[in-house]
Amino acid sequence: MSGDLNHLRGKFAIAGVATFGCGEAPGYTDMELLAQAARLAVADAGLTMKDIDGLCTASASSAMWSMPVVEYLGIRPRFVDATMIGGSSFIAHLMPAMQALESGQCDAVLVAYGSAQRTSTLSRKEIGKARLLMDPQPYEHPYQPMLPMSAYALAASRHMHDFGTTRRQLAQVAVSARQWARKNPDAFMRDPLTVDDVLNARMVSDPLTVRDACLVTDGGGAYVLVRADRARDLPQPPVYVLGQGTAVWNRQISSMADLTVTAATQSGRDAYAMAGMGPKDINVAELYDAFTINTLLFLEDLGFCAKGEAGAFVEDGHIAPGGSLPVNTNGGGLSWGHPGMYGIFAAIEGVRQLRGNAGDSQVAGAQTAIVHGNGGTLSSQSTAILGTAAAL
Amino acid sequence: MVNQEGGVQAIYQAALDQGRFEIQRCNDCGDAVFFPRELCPGCGSGDLSWFRPSGKGTVYAVTTVRRKPEAGGDYNVSLIDLEENVRLMSRIENAAPEEVKIGMAVKARVTVNEGHGLLVFHAMEGAAQ
Ligand SMILES: [Zn+2]
Repeated sequence: MSGDLNHLRGKFAIAGVATFGCGEAPGYTDMELLAQAARLAVADAGLTMKDIDGLCTASASSAMWSMPVVEYLGIRPRFVDATMIGGSSFIAHLMPAMQALESGQCDAVLVAYGSAQRTSTLSRKEIGKARLLMDPQPYEHPYQPMLPMSAYALAASRHMHDFGTTRRQLAQVAVSARQWARKNPDAFMRDPLTVDDVLNARMVSDPLTVRDACLVTDGGGAYVLVRADRARDLPQPPVYVLGQGTAVWNRQISSMADLTVTAATQSGRDAYAMAGMGPKDINVAELYDAFTINTLLFLEDLGFCAKGEAGAFVEDGHIAPGGSLPVNTNGGGLSWGHPGMYGIFAAIEGVRQLRGNAGDSQVAGAQTAIVHGNGGTLSSQSTAILGTAAAL
Repeated sequence: MVNQEGGVQAIYQAALDQGRFEIQRCNDCGDAVFFPRELCPGCGSGDLSWFRPSGKGTVYAVTTVRRKPEAGGDYNVSLIDLEENVRLMSRIENAAPEEVKIGMAVKARVTVNEGHGLLVFHAMEGAAQ
């Protein structure tokens, strides 16, 4: 049995973060959004692009994405990781980045992403067609599931069947996210939203309506990871990586052994083990909510509720503002925004909370955050536990 | 050694095209295997044989994909557990989408359209809830 990586706990910190063009950025490309976010994150860290000697990035469309990013930014990194496991990639990148910093291979890793998904001139229909050709799934595509949404709908159907979870409980996830978004001027959708609004919205793939689904927005996001000793000399309060774990179990939803138990059970276990912490030690949770069922699954699989109990937990108001566990404090993929792959934005919101500059959505005294990314169709899961100096 | 009939995906589809639904069984650990693979995901063995499953299954998870009537209307997508303990995606063809329920007993059929075989399922007689 390999070790719990406890020796890496607290040795690295996120020193800079930034987003750019989130919501709508008409006329921008993926790369331009990434580059602006990268520039701002490096500046936020008190560094210059010349200090960046490590890069992690991923793209949903370009197979060799790290090369044009290196070229565009004008950097000569000694460490490049372009692991692409969907929306969880940018949380998963933390571990290879830490290993590279630990070994001395590099001194400052930039993790960066950009997507012009909402306003891109290439329509999502065209992208969808290209994906069918480039990434065939011959045992699923003939049945025309509306992927990714139908995969999550299948998981929701099974959760409802096994545990009595209701559509109202799923809807409450979206309503709670909206209540957080209403506190965040950066959120894309801030109108009031009720459970009935969600239930009466256009059904897309039963039992999920369009309001059970994340938004489609543009946006770039980036963060900079350095060794902790260096972070303490930089302008921002360091946000330390206390634990990290990534798990990939399958690609197709039809290959999942139990649709109500995700690989977050493994990624969460590993992250908690490295941090020497458990769910009770977490002050804020940023859980990739591509669909309302995701939040329920991750609340359970990361240990905040027993299996099958997340529906009732959410219905009791626990994840909404004022609840016992602040979840998706920026409004999440459901209401803040969702530029194609959301994981990096969950991490950035965790940092924002731990720096104490989250404005009206600030969770008072937050010292620890769990940030969790999901990729594919419940296929990959990556979990990180972040903390302030007080949490070391 | 390369199989002259091609890889297992081509062999699986060739059987479907002739109206036969065949899946694999591992000769080392005995597990049934679906989707078709060159090695057993249970034990890693490369020694797999084709066989015809009973075709009996149970709906494990279900969704109705909504589509405008002019585009063909709503349709079912299900995950089905076969008696042989494998799971696959398919659709139930002889029931309205809203009638397909988790736990429903279903039976495999192969439809062949212009020489291309596709695995679908029918709700079994009296099985509809
Ligand atoms: Zn085997």
